[in-house]
Amino acid sequence: MTTLTVRRDTPGARRKRTHRGGAGSRIWDATPLTKVMLAFTIIVSAFPIYWMIVIASRTNSDAVDIPPPLLPGGNLGENIVRVLNDPDAQFLTGLTNSAIVAVSVTVSVVIISTMAGFAFSRLRFRGSRVLLLAVLLTMMVPIQQMGVVPLYRLMVELEWTGQLKAVILPYLLNAFGVFLMTQYTEQAVPGELVEAARVDGASTLRIWWNIVLPAVRPGMAVLGINTFMITWNDFMWPLIVLAGNPTVQVAIRNLNAQHSTDYVMIFTGTTLSVLPLIVVFLVFGRQIIGGLMEGAVKA
Amino acid sequence: MSLHTEYSGPHAQARSGPQVAAPPPRNSRHAAPGAARRFLSWLDLKAAPYLLVSPYFLLFAIFGLFPLGFTLWYSLFDYELTGEQEWVGLGNYSELLADDQFWKVVVNTLAMFVIATVPQLLLALMLANALNKRFRGQLFVRMGVLLPLVTSVVAVAVVFTHLYGRDWGMVNWLLGLFGIDPIDWKAERLPAWLAVSTMVDWRWTGYNAIIFLAGMQTIPRDLYEAAEIDGASKRRQFWQITIPMLRPTIIFVVLNSTIGGLTLFAEPMMFYGGRIQGGSDNQFQTVAMFIVEKAFSNFQYGYASAAAWLLFLMILIGSAINFMLIRRIGGRK
Repeated sequence: MTTLTVRRDTPGARRKRTHRGGAGSRIWDATPLTKVMLAFTIIVSAFPIYWMIVIASRTNSDAVDIPPPLLPGGNLGENIVRVLNDPDAQFLTGLTNSAIVAVSVTVSVVIISTMAGFAFSRLRFRGSRVLLLAVLLTMMVPIQQMGVVPLYRLMVELEWTGQLKAVILPYLLNAFGVFLMTQYTEQAVPGELVEAARVDGASTLRIWWNIVLPAVRPGMAVLGINTFMITWNDFMWPLIVLAGNPTVQVAIRNLNAQHSTDYVMIFTGTTLSVLPLIVVFLVFGRQIIGGLMEGAVKA
Repeated sequence: MSLHTEYSGPHAQARSGPQVAAPPPRNSRHAAPGAARRFLSWLDLKAAPYLLVSPYFLLFAIFGLFPLGFTLWYSLFDYELTGEQEWVGLGNYSELLADDQFWKVVVNTLAMFVIATVPQLLLALMLANALNKRFRGQLFVRMGVLLPLVTSVVAVAVVFTHLYGRDWGMVNWLLGLFGIDPIDWKAERLPAWLAVSTMVDWRWTGYNAIIFLAGMQTIPRDLYEAAEIDGASKRRQFWQITIPMLRPTIIFVVLNSTIGGLTLFAEPMMFYGGRIQGGSDNQFQTVAMFIVEKAFSNFQYGYASAAAWLLFLMILIGSAINFMLIRRIGGRK
């Protein structure tokens, strides 16, 4: 906890630094070598995605051509139709299911974490230290992998297998979210502000709603984007518990298992599954990166 | 922060007021009897915090404590396909320790963890160092670096598996240009480990670089300027200033990578066409895949649960070792 308090004032310090220019800071200019390295990194980062789209827009004979094709073809539209209409893959179901799961988990995790984060950072109550420690410890435990057998049997008992709530509910447990929002609230909501509102007669829940929520909105956005991506990408648990009612990741796996040589079909499905995330990323890139970096320094 | 100014008025009044406990007069229109109201506000003060943390801990009990506890409980039983269960004590654990497949998947997991993580973190540090320089189009470059993260694990695995195809994969084609014979990436352990590790690295290097970059930006630049005046080389500055000052961030990233690396699942599974065995002879099956295979293909719930606890033990030991290693690196300044 002490390291966290020390770091709280660093954004200010950083801002000051960027204002300082002058000859002394020329050591910070990127050398040509650095620029080449960065350009190379971007090419490596983008290439598999680009190539995925190339194959998705071509035919199966192109996909196994030597040398491999490097430019997109004109078959993307018909490939998409073919994927969406494939009865085995249930691709549309997968996309819809993933959207429902990811949105429900994201909204709930953000609310739950914001509530708990407020309590841990700005309210005094008996046992708060022990409870916060419990949160921190669970961050170290991969519960989804470790507890997979009892969780599955629980879902069987409840007759929830194949239903989306079997995937949504376990993922509402998110220790990182509580931790992040505790840090964020501590930094964004001054303690005096809460005290002042209390003196004015505001109840705790009212303070949470009217003062804390507006102030921690950036933190909520970071946590929300993070949670959305993790949930959208989750694979192991939906694969186990959602037989016959896949999320999009499981749908791709099914495509892969059933049409193992129909590369175009698999790649088109993969493209469709990645597209929503890339669109979100292109629109909110600045916020995602800003939030990621802020969260990293605070964590 | 605008809130602060907005509330500074009442706040200032409150500070100057003599007694905080006295109910402010403006609330008197609520006309509740003083005692009941005081009780309510006492209740609010005492109970509301628990109300706020209760959703999390309710979930924690059901989806955290319950599965962990029951995994331990299950691991002490032998489950038959018929649904019968028999108490075997630590039998599952001793059986696991004598199981060749288990040791194989442990070695696979550790090997892929090391092959993936060590170069990845070094690359991420170099990349972060480059990103920390001044150049145009910063946002664009950072987004480019982070792009792999927003693809899905399964998508990455599908694309890379095709790239690593034996007969018409692009990697073998490229190697062929240099006169290297095609490699059957899935057939042998080492090539398979390398292939899976590159999937992990492609996805996570940029992310870790951005995290390191965030840490680097909190290091006071005066340190570098002073070192520059003293004539320290760039390499020396990196190892003597950046690395020690970055220690908390490195610990964060390494612990994260340890958990992620030791629970690796989707990439090796998709590399074998979405099947759980991880190769014809389990060449690249991981512990997480082993657990799922035992539990959901063989219905050996007890055996799988014991493996889950051993995996947890691996994570704890791995985290502890990494933590101590990094502390030593930082202490060398």
